[in-house]
Amino acid sequence: MSWLGQGVDRAGKIAWIVALALLVIAPFVGVYPIFIAQALCFAIFAMAFNLLLGYTGLLSFGHAAFFGGAAYVTAWLLQEKHLTPELALLGGVAAAGLTGLVIGAIAIRRQGIYFAMVTLALAYMLSFFFLEASFTGGENGIQGVERGKLFGLFSLEGDLAMYFFALAVFVAVFLLVLRIVHSPYGQVLKAIRENEPRAISLGYNVDRYKLLAFVLSASIAGLGGALKVLVLHLATLQDVRWEQSGEVILMTLLGGLGTFAGPVVGAFTVVGLQNYLSDRAGSWTGVIIGCIFVACVVAFRKGVVGELLAWHKRRAKKA
Amino acid sequence: MTEIFGVPIQALFGQLMLGLVNGSFYAMLSLGLAVIFGLLGVVNFAHGALYMLGAYVAWFSMDRWGVSYWWALLLGPLVVGLVGALLERTLLKRLYKLDPLYGLLLTFGLALIIQGVFQQYYGSSGQSYSAPEQLSGATNLGFMILPNYRGFVVAASLVICFGTWFLIERTQLGALLRAGTENPALVQAFGVNVPLMVTLTYAGGAALAGLAGVMAAPVIQVTPLMGSNLIIVVFAVVVIGGMGSIIGLVLGLLEGLTRVFYPEASNVVVFFIMAIVLMIRPAGLFGREK
Repeated sequence: MSWLGQGVDRAGKIAWIVALALLVIAPFVGVYPIFIAQALCFAIFAMAFNLLLGYTGLLSFGHAAFFGGAAYVTAWLLQEKHLTPELALLGGVAAAGLTGLVIGAIAIRRQGIYFAMVTLALAYMLSFFFLEASFTGGENGIQGVERGKLFGLFSLEGDLAMYFFALAVFVAVFLLVLRIVHSPYGQVLKAIRENEPRAISLGYNVDRYKLLAFVLSASIAGLGGALKVLVLHLATLQDVRWEQSGEVILMTLLGGLGTFAGPVVGAFTVVGLQNYLSDRAGSWTGVIIGCIFVACVVAFRKGVVGELLAWHKRRAKKA
Repeated sequence: MTEIFGVPIQALFGQLMLGLVNGSFYAMLSLGLAVIFGLLGVVNFAHGALYMLGAYVAWFSMDRWGVSYWWALLLGPLVVGLVGALLERTLLKRLYKLDPLYGLLLTFGLALIIQGVFQQYYGSSGQSYSAPEQLSGATNLGFMILPNYRGFVVAASLVICFGTWFLIERTQLGALLRAGTENPALVQAFGVNVPLMVTLTYAGGAALAGLAGVMAAPVIQVTPLMGSNLIIVVFAVVVIGGMGSIIGLVLGLLEGLTRVFYPEASNVVVFFIMAIVLMIRPAGLFGREK
């Protein structure tokens, strides 16, 4: 696993191992496993988003379409087709990837700010489709989805079993994204982010790279959404709405754009905050989230992890 | 009654008129977006929220203080313009040296805040006020009955769009604005107060959104979320026709037509057209490839 080492220094590695150990023991020290599992789903979603914005420089304002769309497909496969959970997950991921291929192919025809507007508009169009389509249950969504048995053998109905399955998926996605970013392909993505005309003049077919990045990101986002169906037993309209697309941007920005741990930290923070606020602040939650958004953009653009890394660098320089 | 393709002609023209009214709002909002984007390089996500704010200012002042519609038509844009100026001075101006994406994200956050606050106080239910007396009633045009107010909205938005175009393309002030877009440092060196100009531009764009909101309120319900979905349609309009083109009116008409012949698709027809335009002419209908 030498590639794991690239770009990750020793302190970083130790931090990850400690984090993983904490995640493993968390359900045994009184933390509600379903809550962390849900946060892990959003962490997968945010990592997918970060792959696109942080490493390729493409701001998609429509990622909820993949997250929520995959959730619908997975829930439908589980409830109506009685597939086993791993197949239902794959089905959701495939649906998200295909949708990503179509939306991506249209959206990469424009750059920068227009790319964001196009993805927003197309995803909004899809949310109408999900509202009207017969298999999604309209405003109610798909509820009471049973988790079923993994590979037809291991029941996921127990919360602890579900939690460790979610954790395993999360770790796999984490390694996959790490692998993508540090591969030669990932280097080209970064080159496109830094200077697109230059990447073109070097002979790279930039559009193909961007499209593949988009499809990968959409598929991983879909995996997050599909997993969330298993965790929470439901798929709702909430997950395809454009507000959800905004939320994943906030998670990534708050945690640290283009950093590895950022999206994970951001997802846990936002999910935790929403959980905390929904009891106390009620309908003010949206306003508070908006305020954090503004504060992040104006004064805290590096995010939590970005600031930590900068501080670490400054200290290393001094020593 | 006369029919076209099995649709009563009255209903057809009625829907077309409503489409034209919606199209007027698309055009006015995309114009405000264009003015702001041109000089500030910011895609103003809060535009829908400012439009909503304009409608609420009008409703509030008419309902609580008994202000007449015509004063509200002045007061709405004024208040929204002031809010815009405040937002620009305190927040937006910190972002001009950064990637334009940050401007989009900041204004997205602002939209969440503004809409959230209004939802807190007014819930999701709608308020409404009626059109002024002078414009109530309808005119029989022979082939259709035209509600006067709707005719007024379309005519007024045409005048406003043309006026804004004239201001930017044909006057001294417009020349300065355009120069400021190209090279702010040079314009500043000529003794023009560029930061003030930028603030006024954002306020002006916001005021346009506010004006559209005041005009929209008698036609549709005033709700905290009335602008949040509209802004996405306006983004699509901008992608199709470029910033600040009158194409919004045409798209509104098409939407009206769809509502008559295939109502299920009327919410998405603009996005569908956008996708087709992107596939055939990636730079937009009138755009040139750079």
